[in-house]
Amino acid sequence: MDIRLDAISHSYGDTEVLRDISLDIPNGKIVCLVGPSGCGKSTLLRLIGGLERPSKGRVLQVGSPPEGCLNPLTFVFQDFALLPWRSVQGNISLVLEDHGIKGAQADAIITDVLARTKLSDFSKALPRQLSGGMKQRVAIARALAVKPAVMLMDEPLSALDSQTRELLMDDLVALWTRQFFTAAYVTHNLAEAVRLGHCIVVLSRRPGEIREIVEIDMPLADRSHGNAKLEQVQKHLWDMMRDEARAADEELLDV
Amino acid sequence: MSDATLPSQPIEVRFRGGGFAPKARRWVGLFVFVLLIGITEIGTRQGWISSLTLPKPSDVLATFGELWESGLLFKHLIPSLSRLAVGATIGASIGIVVGILIGLFSYVRAGMVPLVAAIFPIPKIALLPLFVIWFGIDEASKYALIAFGTFTPTVVATYGAVDNVDRSLIRMGQSFGLSWLSIVRKIVLPGAMPGILSGLRISLAIAIILLVAAEMLGAEYGIGAYILEAGSLYDLERLFAGVVILSLLGVILSTVIGFIERRILGWRA
Ligand SMILES: Nc1ncnc2c1ncn2[C@@H]1O[C@H](COP(=O)(O)OP(=O)(O)O)[C@@H](O)[C@H]1O
Ligand SMILES: [Mg+2]
Repeated sequence: MDIRLDAISHSYGDTEVLRDISLDIPNGKIVCLVGPSGCGKSTLLRLIGGLERPSKGRVLQVGSPPEGCLNPLTFVFQDFALLPWRSVQGNISLVLEDHGIKGAQADAIITDVLARTKLSDFSKALPRQLSGGMKQRVAIARALAVKPAVMLMDEPLSALDSQTRELLMDDLVALWTRQFFTAAYVTHNLAEAVRLGHCIVVLSRRPGEIREIVEIDMPLADRSHGNAKLEQVQKHLWDMMRDEARAADEELLDV
Repeated sequence: MSDATLPSQPIEVRFRGGGFAPKARRWVGLFVFVLLIGITEIGTRQGWISSLTLPKPSDVLATFGELWESGLLFKHLIPSLSRLAVGATIGASIGIVVGILIGLFSYVRAGMVPLVAAIFPIPKIALLPLFVIWFGIDEASKYALIAFGTFTPTVVATYGAVDNVDRSLIRMGQSFGLSWLSIVRKIVLPGAMPGILSGLRISLAIAIILLVAAEMLGAEYGIGAYILEAGSLYDLERLFAGVVILSLLGVILSTVIGFIERRILGWRA
């Protein structure tokens, strides 16, 4: 299933946040959205996920979601959004219960996603007992449990320290390599974008417009840390964003 | 700093952290009680506390013993406890339901919040005559008074607790396509539970106050009636025996809520 954004514009009251965004998120690819803070990245993701309605334009699903998909558009949030009163297992069963999946069938799914995110030993733990990286892996496991057609990831690694972030990036690459998934991946970290994105969409400062779409034609598994070609792309992205980011920063100070 | 030429001695950094983190200090509470009672006992025995000011704690204890032996204790305690249980249960459960509805529905909020604000400051005891007219002189008017008194603080605590539930968790629930009922049952209610329980502590203490008030205004048996009778005879020993029962009741209820909190809110620690 692909996602197509058809001339999306969005405003909150008088504040125009997004302007005329048209974009395809093709099946099996990770599309990274980068842009200065406040440019509307999270808003765009909420529009794609149906948590808000765009002021103008439409979000379209092209094709049907894969077999057994419980929740086609599934979020992974920056702040993990785990229920603190439920164990790791309970947090995952939460999203299955509403689809009538209980008992052995649920256990099978939970065991599978915990194994894929290397959390098998922690199924009974409460969120407060886990480190930040583990919490985000639980959130990713929860997202995988509903067999999403498209994962909507809003700065999933931004709350983590840089070592944990590296490790989780490797995990995400491994997950994708084993079984391709489609994702819209919002980040303000360009290293993440060049590491994980098949294509990188650069947004301007608010109102966010697409400034450029950079395709990176290199398999995810080959993109090691410190790769010269990636560094070059990252530098190009940074050159494009620097002035926007500075201007955006000063704008925020004026408000 | 005058002899700056001398190599200065290293000084250990002064500790200034710590505090502001309540810890369980089990026996201190008991110690305070024992100390106060001990001082009163010594004072009344030696005469520097006159027997008109305070009764001898040992006499109060003896009165307690008599109450127990004559069977009068339960004759007073059982009606009181059942009034408290019925009234507080009605008031707290309606309060929790209304509080949750206020938290969930804007129209209910717009309609009820001003109403609750208007009835909260009314001393409910002042309405007892009204309740007697509405519900009769019997038990029903006492239940109503206690229920009404527990209702308002419970409502306020409950909708505050619902308002404080982390919105990002609710948005997560929606993003996974959970039904409205599931979101309320599995996210809003557990998230509001800490606030609801701490509201119940206050509501139940108010329920005890109103229990006594209701019983003072017309009951043959009950702790309130017992205290009123003792007070009108200036029988300080019996007055204090009654008051001690109320205090114990408060401590017990608070302990029970503490126990429930530890059981169902274990995830917070
Ligand atoms: N619910 C909202 N109501 C009003 N303004 C909002 C709302 N959500 C976001 N905004 C504004 O929209 C702009 C874009 O926000 P956001 O999408 O969170 O940016 P980003 O994720 O790119 O940092 C910001 O200026 C923010 O203040
Ligand atoms: Mg954001």
